[in-house]
Amino acid sequence: MDTQNEELEKRGKVRKRKKKNENKRVIISNLPFGSKKWKENPNRYYDSNEIKTTKYSILTFLPKNIYEQFHRFANIYFVFIALLNFVPVVNAFQPEVSVIPICIIMAITAIKDAWEDFRRYKLDKEINHMGCYIYSREEHAYVEKCWKDVRVGDFVQLQCNETIPADILLLYSSDQKGICHLETANLDGETNLKQRQVVMGFSSQDTVFEPEFFQNTIVCEMPNNDLSTFKGYMEQPNHEQVGFNIENLLLRGCTIRNTEAAVGIVIYAGHETKAMLNNRGPRYKRSRIEQRMNMDIFLCVGLLFVMCLVGAIGHGIWTGNFSEHPPYDVPDSNGNFVSPVLAGFYMFLTMIILLQILIPVSLYVSIELVKLGQVFFIHNDLDLYDEEADLPIQCRALTITEDLGQIQYIFSDKTGTLTENKMVFRRCTVDGIEFSHQENDRRLKIQKELDLDNEDFAKLQHFTLPPMNLERPATYLHNTVRPLRRCQSARARFQGHKRSRSVGRRDSNQSQVAFSSPIEKDVTPDSRLLRRVREAALQTESFSPFIHMKTSTSFTDFFLALAICNTVLVSTTTEPRQRVTIPPPIKPSGITLEKIHQIFQRLKLASLSQSFSSSQSSSQLGASFSAKNTEEPLEVLESCDDENDCSASSRGQELQDQGSTDIGTPSLDEVFRSATNSSLPTDFCYEAESPDEAALVYAAQAYSFILVSRTPEQVTVQLPQGTLLTFDILCTLGFDSVRKRMSVVVRHPLTKEIVVYTKGADSVIMDLLDDSAKGDISTERRLKRIKERTQKHLDYYARDGLRTLCIAKKVLNEDDFQKWANFRREAEAAIDNREELLIETAQHLETKLTLLGATGIEDRLQDGVPDTLVSLREAGIKIWVLTGDKQETAVNIAYSCKLLNQRDTVFTINTENKETCESLLNLTLEEVKKNYEYDKPQRKLFGIIPTSPSVSEAPSPDFGLVIDGQTLNIIFQGGLEEKLLALARCCRSVLCCRATPLHKSMVVKLVRRQLKVMTLSIGDGANDVSMIQAADVGIGISGQEGMQAVMASDFAISRFKHLKKLLLVHGHWCYTRLAKMVIYFFYKNVCYVNLLFWYQFFCGFSGSSMVDYWQMIFFNLFFTSVPPLLFGVLDKDVSAETLLRLPELYKNGQNSEIYNLSTFIITMLDAFYQSLICFFVPYLTYKDSDIDVFSFGNPINTISLLTILLHQALEMKTWTVLQLVTMICSVALYFIFSLIYNAACLACNPPTNPYWIMERQLKDPIFYFLCLITPVIALLPRFLIFALRGTFGASLILKAQQVDKVPKEQQDVEIQKLRSRKEATSRAPVASSGASASGPLGRRTHEEGYYFFNRWAEEESAAADSSAGPFSGNHSLVPSGETAPGQDGGKLTKDYPSNFNYGSHRRSVSSVTL
Amino acid sequence: MKNKTSVLPGEGEAQPSRCPDNSAFKQQRLPAWKPQLTIASVLSTFFLTGAFCLTVGVCLVLAANSVREIQIDYSDKCSDCSRFRENSSNWNKECHCSVNFTLKEAILGDVFMYYGLQNFFQNHRRYVKSRSDAQLLGRNVKIQRSYCAPFSTYRNGTPMVPCGAIANSMFNDTIDLFYSRNSSVIQVPLLKTGNSWWTDKNVKFRNPESYNLSSAFAGTARPPYWQKPVYLLDEEDERNNGFVNDDFIIWMRVSAFATFRNLYRRVRRVRDFAEGLPAGNYTFRISYNFPVAKFKGRKHVILSTVVWSGGSNPFLGIAYLVSGTAATLMGFVITGIHLKLRKKKTYFQKQ
Repeated sequence: MDTQNEELEKRGKVRKRKKKNENKRVIISNLPFGSKKWKENPNRYYDSNEIKTTKYSILTFLPKNIYEQFHRFANIYFVFIALLNFVPVVNAFQPEVSVIPICIIMAITAIKDAWEDFRRYKLDKEINHMGCYIYSREEHAYVEKCWKDVRVGDFVQLQCNETIPADILLLYSSDQKGICHLETANLDGETNLKQRQVVMGFSSQDTVFEPEFFQNTIVCEMPNNDLSTFKGYMEQPNHEQVGFNIENLLLRGCTIRNTEAAVGIVIYAGHETKAMLNNRGPRYKRSRIEQRMNMDIFLCVGLLFVMCLVGAIGHGIWTGNFSEHPPYDVPDSNGNFVSPVLAGFYMFLTMIILLQILIPVSLYVSIELVKLGQVFFIHNDLDLYDEEADLPIQCRALTITEDLGQIQYIFSDKTGTLTENKMVFRRCTVDGIEFSHQENDRRLKIQKELDLDNEDFAKLQHFTLPPMNLERPATYLHNTVRPLRRCQSARARFQGHKRSRSVGRRDSNQSQVAFSSPIEKDVTPDSRLLRRVREAALQTESFSPFIHMKTSTSFTDFFLALAICNTVLVSTTTEPRQRVTIPPPIKPSGITLEKIHQIFQRLKLASLSQSFSSSQSSSQLGASFSAKNTEEPLEVLESCDDENDCSASSRGQELQDQGSTDIGTPSLDEVFRSATNSSLPTDFCYEAESPDEAALVYAAQAYSFILVSRTPEQVTVQLPQGTLLTFDILCTLGFDSVRKRMSVVVRHPLTKEIVVYTKGADSVIMDLLDDSAKGDISTERRLKRIKERTQKHLDYYARDGLRTLCIAKKVLNEDDFQKWANFRREAEAAIDNREELLIETAQHLETKLTLLGATGIEDRLQDGVPDTLVSLREAGIKIWVLTGDKQETAVNIAYSCKLLNQRDTVFTINTENKETCESLLNLTLEEVKKNYEYDKPQRKLFGIIPTSPSVSEAPSPDFGLVIDGQTLNIIFQGGLEEKLLALARCCRSVLCCRATPLHKSMVVKLVRRQLKVMTLSIGDGANDVSMIQAADVGIGISGQEGMQAVMASDFAISRFKHLKKLLLVHGHWCYTRLAKMVIYFFYKNVCYVNLLFWYQFFCGFSGSSMVDYWQMIFFNLFFTSVPPLLFGVLDKDVSAETLLRLPELYKNGQNSEIYNLSTFIITMLDAFYQSLICFFVPYLTYKDSDIDVFSFGNPINTISLLTILLHQALEMKTWTVLQLVTMICSVALYFIFSLIYNAACLACNPPTNPYWIMERQLKDPIFYFLCLITPVIALLPRFLIFALRGTFGASLILKAQQVDKVPKEQQDVEIQKLRSRKEATSRAPVASSGASASGPLGRRTHEEGYYFFNRWAEEESAAADSSAGPFSGNHSLVPSGETAPGQDGGKLTKDYPSNFNYGSHRRSVSSVTL
Repeated sequence: MKNKTSVLPGEGEAQPSRCPDNSAFKQQRLPAWKPQLTIASVLSTFFLTGAFCLTVGVCLVLAANSVREIQIDYSDKCSDCSRFRENSSNWNKECHCSVNFTLKEAILGDVFMYYGLQNFFQNHRRYVKSRSDAQLLGRNVKIQRSYCAPFSTYRNGTPMVPCGAIANSMFNDTIDLFYSRNSSVIQVPLLKTGNSWWTDKNVKFRNPESYNLSSAFAGTARPPYWQKPVYLLDEEDERNNGFVNDDFIIWMRVSAFATFRNLYRRVRRVRDFAEGLPAGNYTFRISYNFPVAKFKGRKHVILSTVVWSGGSNPFLGIAYLVSGTAATLMGFVITGIHLKLRKKKTYFQKQ
C-alpha cells in the first residue's frame, strides 16, 4: 500500500513538474547521488523501469472489477432488481436467492478478467526480472541488476544480442565509429538492422566511457509515443550544448546486434518509454449485432414494462373487486391491507422482479464466450496460416468477429496489400534510351506461371483431394534456377488438411532480411545494356577529368547512383550476420592514381572499336526504343540464366577482351587479381528500408555495380572490372514525402568531384532539371531530347503498372558545397523547427540536376488477388482501392487484379476546380443514372423469377470510378461529398489515386457515416493506419512494411487472399452463428418468462410463480445455456467449400437477413405462441383437478425446457458429437438436478417446497403424455414453415445446404446450375451498358486490350495530345503478344487463360481530366 | 508430410511452429450430421407424428370417457347455512344441511370424494408463502421468524400453531355420505387417511416430539379461524391428528388454480360398497363451516372414479386428436404442393 501511495504522490509531483519545466525533461547522472541522497536527485520523479500492465492487484481486484462491471447497463439493471427484491412489500422471491444469478454472471466475468490479468502479471514479472548491467558507484563497475531496478539517469551497459531495457541515450559503442546496430523487430517488425550513433562529442573518444566523469545535463522532450522523432540537447559543464536526436536513442525492446558493447544513460524508463507508450491493448469495438441487440433489449424493456403494467392494473382491479377481504388475501405483517391502487403499484415492482429474466441476463457473458470461441477457431484455421512467415491470423479485437460477415465496403491499400510489395526491377531508361529487359521479363513470367500452376493445382487438390503427388512436376524444375519459396507455400496450402502439423518455415537468413526474396534479388540484365555499361565502365574507370564522354558516363553514373543513392545496409549472408562496414583490405587508394590512369588509357584504346559499333547501334535503337534487340548474340542471352552466371560470363567476356587487346601489364594484372582474388564475399545481403531501394541495388548488382559496404561516412562500390571505389559520403538527404526524393552527396574518389545523386518521383525530378545548359546549344538540345524521351518512357512505364523513379545527378564545386554545408550544419543544430529547415536546405541543394535515367519497378500482384477480388465482388462487397500511387499505375493494377473489368465503363475525374468538379460529378451521375433507369425494367423482367436473390441488389455495378487525391480535396472542401457518394454508390469499384493517409481516412469515414454501411479497411503500411482505424473492421497485413498497420488493426493477416476465407467463410459463420444465438436467447427468455406471465391471469396477478425459484435460476444458467453457446461457436449452416464457391451466400449477412427487426418480431411472436402452448396445454389438462402449484409448475418447466431445446435443435444445421452430447446432457442434467433437489430439499427454500414432486410426476403417465404433445404443438408451426421452405423454398442458403449434401462429384454441377441462374439475371445490365456506351461525354471505345486515356482537357489539350498521340501511333507498330508495349493485353490473356475471351471484349474508358 | 520433413530435417524441433493444429476439431471438420428437410423426411415426420398422436388421442379420450363423476354444488343448497356463516359472530355455532342425489347406475371401482372450491385463490403469492415448513416439520413449533405474519402470533405473543394464512383458512366442512336402501339409511364407509402423499404424511409433516400431542402443542394457540386446536383435528386416530392430519396436509398443498378440488375421502370398499357405489339414493350431510360468500366462491362435493390417465378431463386426448389430425392434414397439403410443383418444374424444364 505504501509503495502505491508513494507512486501516486510521485505522479502528482511529476504532473506539477511538467508545468514548471515547460514540457522538457531534465536528466542528470544518478551517480553523484547515492542511495542516501536519493531525495535530492531531480530524476526521482520519473517513472521507474518496473512495468505494470495489470489492471488490478489482489487487494483492488474486487472493488475495481465490480466497479468496471457496473459500467455495463445490464449488470446495473440486474443488481437493481436483486436489491428491489429485498423490499418486503414488493418481493417476488426469497431475496437471498434472487442475488444468485447476477452473482454467478459477475463471478464468471470476474474470473475471466482475473485470469487475463494474472497472465499479464506473470508476463510483467518475467520482463521486470530480466537482467542488465548498471554502473554502480560503490563497485566502480557494471553490476547485474533486474530491469525493474533501472532508473532514469542510470548508466546501462549493453552487450551484443541483448534486449534494451529502457530508452537509452547512446554514449559509447565498442564500434570505432561510435555506431551501434539495432534490430527493431520487436517494435515495428522490421528485420533490417538500424544504425544508431553515439551522441556527438562522445564518438571521438577512443577510451572506454567512464560514467563517473559524466557531468552533463540532458534536456529532452517529455515522453511521447512517436517512434521516429526525439530531440534534445546535452549541456556540458561549460554550458556548451550538444544536440541529439532519434539517431542517438536506443529504444526499449530492440535488440543490440553486431556491436560488442554499448553504454548509455537511461532517458525514459518503464511506462514512459516509447515502446510502452505505443503499446495499446486490444481494441474494444461494438459490433453491429451488438448495437442491434441493444436496441432489441430496449424493446424487451418496453415489453417488460407493458407486461408489468398489465399485471399492476390487473392486480388493482382484482383487489378492488372484493367488498370484503377474502381469506386468501393476506394482509401485510401488521395485519393491514393496502388500497388497490397502492397494491397495483407494488405489484408493478413485483412483476419487474418476477419477469426480470425477460432481459436476458446471461446474454452478454454468453456473447463474450461465444466470440472467444469464434476467435479461437479463426485463429486456428490452417487456411489463414501463412507458412512463409510462420504466422497464423492474429485476432486483435475479440468483439467484432461477426462484423466480418456483414461487410459492405472494402477499402484497400494497393501497395503491399494487393501487391506483394516485392519490387522487381523491370526496365530502365538511361540517357533517353529504353532497355526493356526482356530476359528478366521472361524469367519473371516463368516464375509467375509456376506460381499460378501451383495454385490451380492446389485448388484442384483442395476440393477433390485425390491421392496427392507432392512432387512438383519435374518439367518445371529447369525453368528456374532457384525454386521459389512461394511455390512451396502454395503447395503447402493443400497439404494443410492432410498433414498433422505443418512445420514452420522460418529457415534461412533470407527470411530475416526484408525485401530479399529471390524474385527480388535476381535480375537478369538486359544484354544490350550490359554491353554498353561495360564499355562505359571501362571508360569511366579511366577517369581523367578532361575526357567527358557524356553518353558513357551517364551509364556508369546511372548505376553508381543506383548503388549509392540509398540507405541500404550491407551484410553478408554467412551466419552470423556480419555487417560489412569496413571496406575490404584492398582499397583503390592502395594503387596510385597514376597507375590507374595508365591502365585505363590502355584499356580505352582496346575497347574503342567495340564502343564505336555499339554506339552506332544505340542511336538506331534510340529512335525506336521498342524494337526488339534481336541482333543480340543468343549465347549471352542463354547464359544469363541467373545473375551469378551472368556476371561470371560477363567477367569471362571481359577477360577475353583483355586477352584480345593483349595489354596485360603487371600493374594491370595486379589490379585485377587483387580485385578478383580479394576476400570479397560473393553474396551480399542488402537490408533496405524500402523495397524500391533494394530492387535498385540488386539491379545495379546485376550490372556488376555491387554495393560492397556502407557506413555513414563511406560507401564502397565494386565496379564491373572488380575495382573497388570508396566514396566519401558528405551528406545524405533522406527521403521524405514532402520532397518525394532523396539525395546523397559524395566525393568521387578519382575525380574528387563533389557529386549529388538524386533519386525521386518523376514529377518532382523533372521539374528540378537543369534546362539551360550553359551556352552550348547542341548539349541543350540533347538534354531536352533526353528529357522528352525519358518522360515518354516514364509515361509508358506507369501505364504498364510499373513504379517509376528518376535518377539524376549534379556536380557541385567545392565552394558551393562548403557554403551549403555550413547552411546545413546550422539547420541540423537548430532545435526549433529543425524539420522545416532541413527540408529547406535539402531543396536548396537539389536543383539544376542532370537527368541520368529512370527505372521502372514492378510491384507484383500477390497471388490469389484477382480471384479474391472477384469473389468479394460476387459477394456483393464494393471495393475501393485507395493508393498513393500514380493514376496510370493504379488503373493498370486495378485492371490486372480484376478490380476493374474490361467491359466496365470507367469514369475518371481529375480536376482542380470546384465548379468543374461539381459539373463533372453531375454529368457523370446523370450518365450513370440513365443507365440505371434503363436497366430497371430489365431487372424487373428478370425479377419474375421469384427466387433470384439479385432482385434486391444494388444498382447495376458496371461502372468504375477513378479519382485522384487533388479532386478528393476539392470534393471535401467544396461539400460535394453527397454527389461523390451518389456516384460511387452506382459504381462497382472506385479507385482513389494519389491519396494521402488523411484522404484515406476521410473517404472511409465519409462512406461509413453517410451511407451507414459496414466498412472494412485493409492495408499494410503506416500510411494505412488512419484508414484502418476509421473503418468498422480494420485489417492489417503483416507484410514487409513494419507492424504499424498490424498494431492498429483488428485482425492481422499475412496475405490478401486470406481475406476471402476470412470474410466469406468465417465472417459468414460468425455472423450466422452469433445472430442466431442472440435471437435464440431473446426467444428463450421471452418464451420462458411468458409462462410466468400467463400464470398471473390465474392467480389474481399476485406475482406468484408456479416454478420453484432454484429450478428457474438453473433453467437459464445451466439447463439451457450450454447448447446455445456451442451452437454459437460450432454451427455451420453451409460448408466452407460451398461458401467459397458461392460468394453470393455472403449477402445473407450483408443484408442482416438473420437478425433484423422483422426476424426479431417474428421470433418474439413465435416465443409468445410457444409459451402460450407450453402454459395452456398443461393448464387445460390439469384444470379442475387437485393439482397443486408446484406440481403444476413442474411439467410446465419440463415442457418448456424440451420445447426450448428442440427449438434449438431445429435451428441447428450441424450436429456433431459435441452438440448431441450437450443436448442430451442438458436434459439429463435437468432431470437429475430436479430429482435430487426435490428429494433432498425438505425445507431448505422456506416458503416454496417442491418436495418429491418430480419423483411423483415421473410415475404419472399424464406427465409423459404432456411432455410429448406440448413441444409438438408448440413447434409445429415453425417446423411447418421450415419444411415448406426446405422443400419448396428457394433461398440460396438452403440451396447451398442441399449442395453440401450432394456427393462431391456432383457438387460442381449443382453450383454451376446455381451460378448460371444468377448470371442470367446479372448479365442483363452488362448488355445495356454496352448499348449506351456512346454517351454525351464522348466516351471512346477501343477494341484492343490496350487502352488509353482520353484526356478531355481545356487548357492543356496540346500537351495531352502529345502524350497520348505517340503512343497510339506507336501502337500499331507493336507486334502483339510478347513485345513490350502490347504486353498489357498479352499478360492478361496469358495469365488468365480461362478468361481469354475477355481480352477481345471492348473496354470502354471515359475519362475526364481537367 | 514425408516430403516436408525430408526437406527440412529437424526444423520443427528447433523452433516451435505457430502453425495451428490440423485436428478435425480446430479446423471445424468434425464429422457432422446435417439434417435436411427433404420432402421425404418432412412427409414421413408429419405422417408419423399424425398417426402417433391420433392413436394416443383415441386411447386417452376413451379412458377419460370411462370415468364416472358426480359433482354437486352445495353452496346454494345450503344457502341458509351460508347466510348463517356470513355473520361472523356465529363462528363457533354448528350449521348442518343435507343434499340428496340419485345414482341411476352404480359407480364401480374406487370412488373418490372431493370437495371443490371455486374462486378461492390459493395460489395468491402472499397466501402461498404464508406458512412455515419448519414448524410443520415439528422442529420448532413456536417459530417466530417465518413468512407466517400476520398469522404467526397473537397480540399477546402466543404463537399460532399451525401458523400462516393457509392453515388459518383451512377448509373445515364435514361431509358425510349416506346411502338409502330399502328405507334404511346406511352411512357409506369412508377412509379419511391415505389420501395425502405418502411423503407428505411421513416426511414433510411431523408432529413435535412429546409424550402426547396436547403437551407437544402446549403454549400455543389455534389459528383465529379454527374452531379447535390442531391436536384435536382427529381425536379418534392418533396417527391422523395434529400436523399429520390428512385433511390438513391436503389443504396445505396449495392448489394451482382458483377453482380446484381436494381429495376428501375415499369410499371404503366393504360390504355393500365392495364393488363401488351401488345405484340408489344418496344424501350428503354437510356440517357447513367454511364461508365462501364473501369472495363469491362456491363449494362442491364431487364423487369420481380414477383411471390410468387421471380424471375425467378429456382435454389431453382431444389435444392429441387435434394435433394428430393437423399433422396429417399438413402432410397431405405438402404432398399436394409437392406434386403440383413437380409437374410445373418438369414443364419448365421441357421449355
